[in-house]
Amino acid sequence: MAELVLMKGNEAIAEAAIRAGCRFYAGYPITPQNELCEYMARRMPEVGGTFIQSESEIAAINMVYGAGSAGARAMTSSSSPGISLKQEGISYLAGAEVPGVIVNMVRGGPGLGSIQPAQSDYFQATRGGGHGDYRTVVLGPGSIQEAVELTMLAFDIADRYRNPVVVLGDGMLGQMMEPVRFPDTPPPSPQPKPWATTGTRGRGHPNIINSLYIEAEACERHNQRLQEKYRRIEREEVRYELVDPEAEYFLVAYGTGSRICRAVIARAQAEGLRVGMVRPITLWPFPQVAIEQVVERARAFLAVEMSAGQMVEDVRLAVAGRCPVYFFGRTGGAVPTPQEVMSRLKMIVEGRGGEL
Amino acid sequence: MQRIFTRPQALTDVPFHYCPGCPHGIVHRLVAECIDELGVRERTVGIAPVGCAVFAYNYFNCDMIQAAHGRAPAVATGVKRAQPDAVVFTYQGDGDLAAIGTAEIIHAATRGERITVVFINNAIYGMTGGQMAPTTLVGQETTTTPRGRDASYHGHPVRVSEMLALLDGTAYVARVSVHGPGHVNRAKRALRKAFEVQIHNLGFSLVEVVSACPTNWGMTPVEALRWVEQNMLPYYRLGEFKTPGQGEA
Ligand SMILES: Cc1ncc(C[n+]2csc(CCOP(=O)(O)OP(=O)(O)O)c2C)c(N)n1
Ligand code: SF4
Repeated sequence: MAELVLMKGNEAIAEAAIRAGCRFYAGYPITPQNELCEYMARRMPEVGGTFIQSESEIAAINMVYGAGSAGARAMTSSSSPGISLKQEGISYLAGAEVPGVIVNMVRGGPGLGSIQPAQSDYFQATRGGGHGDYRTVVLGPGSIQEAVELTMLAFDIADRYRNPVVVLGDGMLGQMMEPVRFPDTPPPSPQPKPWATTGTRGRGHPNIINSLYIEAEACERHNQRLQEKYRRIEREEVRYELVDPEAEYFLVAYGTGSRICRAVIARAQAEGLRVGMVRPITLWPFPQVAIEQVVERARAFLAVEMSAGQMVEDVRLAVAGRCPVYFFGRTGGAVPTPQEVMSRLKMIVEGRGGEL
Repeated sequence: MQRIFTRPQALTDVPFHYCPGCPHGIVHRLVAECIDELGVRERTVGIAPVGCAVFAYNYFNCDMIQAAHGRAPAVATGVKRAQPDAVVFTYQGDGDLAAIGTAEIIHAATRGERITVVFINNAIYGMTGGQMAPTTLVGQETTTTPRGRDASYHGHPVRVSEMLALLDGTAYVARVSVHGPGHVNRAKRALRKAFEVQIHNLGFSLVEVVSACPTNWGMTPVEALRWVEQNMLPYYRLGEFKTPGQGEA
């Protein structure tokens, strides 16, 4: 049994990546994810990997594109403004079907915003974010232990589908410390990547990594193929947690937001209210199936986010008018308190739900 | 019968899409000949730019990656670090390398990445239809400098080789031209040297090729070559700006 160690979220994610076989990391400093970059600077040379402090986030993601094309497990990390810069490269990774892992420790925005935790990059992460019709798998860990597990999983998913995978944390998750256990099992030996640009030796024909399809029909065929892949991911990779499926009211929250909601559920249940939670772990694909499991019984859903209301749109789509969906959020780096969420919940229970 | 001239192994049997008289094709061939002569084709990974040479991945008979506009040096960095044994080259135009990708080229060079950059300076944006490039000469007419480039209004043309030769990470920097057979031979020697510098792990190497764009310059191929000689070369001095162990010339 692996020992329990106390670690900061950013560092735990970095260590998890290394244990998952990541051997290439490029990043550019930005608060609140700097410890991840610094940890990689220390550890990568020890494991025979590469750490590069790039000249910009744009360069970092393009280095990941290169290393990923050459078959390496490659990662970059940043926080909101830096992720905006990475979007060009993420679109290219998706278009050329190059695996890569991108960690976003979200902070308040828009613009330079704040350095406090936020969830306001949900749209950017789950809708593609860069140009073109594409999707990235988005994983939203709710604890440092889960961040470790999902980071390791991110590399597997990225390789399996040849697609970028985003680990969407926030400043809180990055900065806090929790006990974590790294799995004992050695990382799976890397699967062969016959498509990688590693030189033609022993292969005979050149491999080409490319996202250009100059003719509309060819580009559409490429898009159709990508869309088929995304449908497959939607079938195979949905992950979520359902807290008290027998409840009447359901909070919907992910990541740090879900931690606040756990405190709310404890209080609400102490007061005799039947409150449960749908906690998406994959934000894309969104766990529609979790909503389906409880929607017939639910009296209302309350989406709680550290944003002005982004995931709530997915909740509304999933609920499809079958019951009311309410929202509570704080923005800019302010974190909702359990009291605030509790009073919003009580308004709903008492029929004073207010705005949907 | 003895064959004395064939297609290099490092080129595929695909007709170039370049305009008549465009030097891109000559430079492709020279790069391919170097790869063949050095016997490194099977471990070569090329990075295609955004620009007229965007389809370079169809022409080079080795592993190829198509990069975003200007980002080829960063992509090459990722490949080279993940696979130090690979021979990695980028092929970039002046818009790609000296405008949108300035940060990437300067920092790949300062890091001393063991990559080889083939830099085609035709003083214009070819692919998008003849707009001003960072290398457009003062007085030169383009679609975005319709009255000619005015340094006080549009800024000055940038001399990439001189600039990069100043950086400690560069091992070999040369500027060549392909407007005549003698120059073509010299260009080939410089390209070969640039690849050798990489293969011997000496640092970053770049060959700037003063090129032409007859189509967007609005000239016949012959006029364009004459224009290279009369207008480009006085500003873009040919020569080796840095060779390994020698520092800046
Ligand atoms: C991000 C981005 N901006 C702009 C373009 C459009 N674009 C394509 S090629 C090009 C200019 C290329 O010029 P150059 O690098 O000099 O190469 P040439 O075509 O002259 O060989 C531009 C601006 C693009 N594809 N991507
Ligand atoms: S537009 Fe200019 S640079 Fe492009 S292929 Fe034609 S001549 Fe060559």
